[in-house]
Amino acid sequence: MEVDESVICYGLGVTDPKSAFGTTANLEKRFGSERVFDMPTSENAMTGVAIGAALNGVKSVMTHQRIDFFLLAMDQLVNSAAKWHYMFGSQISIPITIRLIIGRGWGQGPTHSQNLQAWFAHIPGLKVVMPTTPEDAKGLLISSIFDPNPVVFLEHRWLHNTIGEVPGGDFRVPIGKAKVVRTGADVTIVSMSYMTIEALHAADYLATQGISCEIIDLRTIKPLDWDTVMYSVAKTGCLLALDSGFTTGSVAGEIVARVAIEVFDKLKVPPARLAMPDVPEPTSYALTKGFYVRAADIAKKIMEMLGKDFSEVNNTLLEPTPHDVPGNWFKGPF
Amino acid sequence: MTDNLFTNLFRHMYRIRAVEEAIAHHYPEGNMRCPVHLSIGQESIPAVFAQSIDSTDFAVSTHRGHAHYLAKGGNLNAMIAEIYGKSSGCAKGKGGSMHLIDLAVNFMGTSAIVGNSIPIGVGLALSVQLKGTNQISCVFLGDGATEEGVFYESVNFAAVRKLPVLFICENNLYSVYSPLSVRQPKGRSIAKMVEAMGLEVAVGNGHNIASSHEIMKNAVDKVRKTGEPIFLEFTTYRWREHCGHDFDNDIGYRTQEEFLEWQAKDPLNNLERELQRTSSQMATSLEKIKSEIDLEVKKAFDFAEESLFPAQSDAYDGVYA
Repeated sequence: MEVDESVICYGLGVTDPKSAFGTTANLEKRFGSERVFDMPTSENAMTGVAIGAALNGVKSVMTHQRIDFFLLAMDQLVNSAAKWHYMFGSQISIPITIRLIIGRGWGQGPTHSQNLQAWFAHIPGLKVVMPTTPEDAKGLLISSIFDPNPVVFLEHRWLHNTIGEVPGGDFRVPIGKAKVVRTGADVTIVSMSYMTIEALHAADYLATQGISCEIIDLRTIKPLDWDTVMYSVAKTGCLLALDSGFTTGSVAGEIVARVAIEVFDKLKVPPARLAMPDVPEPTSYALTKGFYVRAADIAKKIMEMLGKDFSEVNNTLLEPTPHDVPGNWFKGPF
Repeated sequence: MTDNLFTNLFRHMYRIRAVEEAIAHHYPEGNMRCPVHLSIGQESIPAVFAQSIDSTDFAVSTHRGHAHYLAKGGNLNAMIAEIYGKSSGCAKGKGGSMHLIDLAVNFMGTSAIVGNSIPIGVGLALSVQLKGTNQISCVFLGDGATEEGVFYESVNFAAVRKLPVLFICENNLYSVYSPLSVRQPKGRSIAKMVEAMGLEVAVGNGHNIASSHEIMKNAVDKVRKTGEPIFLEFTTYRWREHCGHDFDNDIGYRTQEEFLEWQAKDPLNNLERELQRTSSQMATSLEKIKSEIDLEVKKAFDFAEESLFPAQSDAYDGVYA
């Protein structure tokens, strides 16, 4: 907002005392109520407002505290934002950024915990970004704001309190570039957002079992960095794709399909995926026990793929207690 | 009644009618391969709009948007070429009849989805407010769109932020083939409902060109002066079928009698007869206007027919900016 006066920020609660989980704190004080404002509970119209403002050179950053609320805005996102540039003959583009919070746990239940990246990735004209680290969150957010296209920016609630080094100033991370967060020789784990954290825990365990994992954090779901994925799979000959969303029609499924189509001859074992079951996330603490894909599931799956005995995994990579929070410090309410 | 004003209104109405009639005439040839929603019968509202608006003001419209595009000053050749799917079209053949744009006159787009362009027009008004320019943003919509949730969301936001937006509702009594009576409670006024949401409103009879012009002109001036939103509702009537070139009074959703009753009120025909009576000079000058427009329209169709189709590979371009 300092770099470009045409950037504005709005969303339900961005100026309230909780300031969208603290992510918009003090923005109104710094940039004024014309550029930073709370809004009516009208997700669809306010997305259209961002499109209209974009047509006259205003770059909006919209924030919704749950992706699930934003589903009311699919008309404006899919029919207008994603298509305006194409369907009007490339004369004008829609530089908007839509921050959507995704998550799991703490009884968020069926309509407060969805991870719908695959939906957005399905739509031509949208870019879909899912940062994992604080550094990437900053660098990718700034890149999203200055990208000439509509960008759906998905933030996992369990990553909001991650601590890490963040470069100052106008720091940008390019959209469309994955990051190899750990190099390895035996298996390629393709992951996104919070699943990368679980993958890292699994890789630590697998290292003790003599299995070397390469972990690719996608960072951008669309356009997806296929070169990095294919290069790694060609090297390891083994692919496990992770996804924080439902299994059917998942991004992980797309990765498995494309790898199987393009580098089938490099695969030593059939590719696999791990995603959420095709079931709405239940609310009860009891019902979510064992429900999430976590490090143990990843480790077991990889050992199974490599023909190793995985009967000991659960004894080492225990399900944390409580299992429904990113850490014991997380006390809700949401 | 100033002759100049009314000959201009005649010119605007006749031009829209002539373009739409030409589309209807050529449509069965099968070279306009996209849905078309004609404004024949509804020309008075875009005509008074054309007479009242500046080219720098913004406008967005709907699936039935040919008339609004033309009224805003949109390029006729580019519109017809677009409907023919040619590369010289206003959207290079990517959009067709339901996606018209002319950035040279700030006509910012039309949408095939009912109610979809309403918040986009409101967003343009927000940008005007942020930039502090003297423009207004105009949103064309039909009665059906007032049943969409996004309409209420948009009106509410325009009211709460006091945005310079003019909503222009053309109430033609039907949403496709569904009459108002099955869609909205009897006796409830759309304008009154919007007034209750905090907007200044006015209701116009689209078959009375003089009063419609006054309402439109006053509203445009007032939105510009105050920077606050106004909602206008005009009664009008679509002559042809909802989508396509033909008449559809025989398919059972409305009667031929009803159609004839509205057709008799045709503001274009009525204005022409009224002007013709003023002087023989006027009658001659109307004929001149008509023949000029007829020629312009013919040339636009020639331009569209002669223009090249886009290359097949262009289908894959322009997904991202």
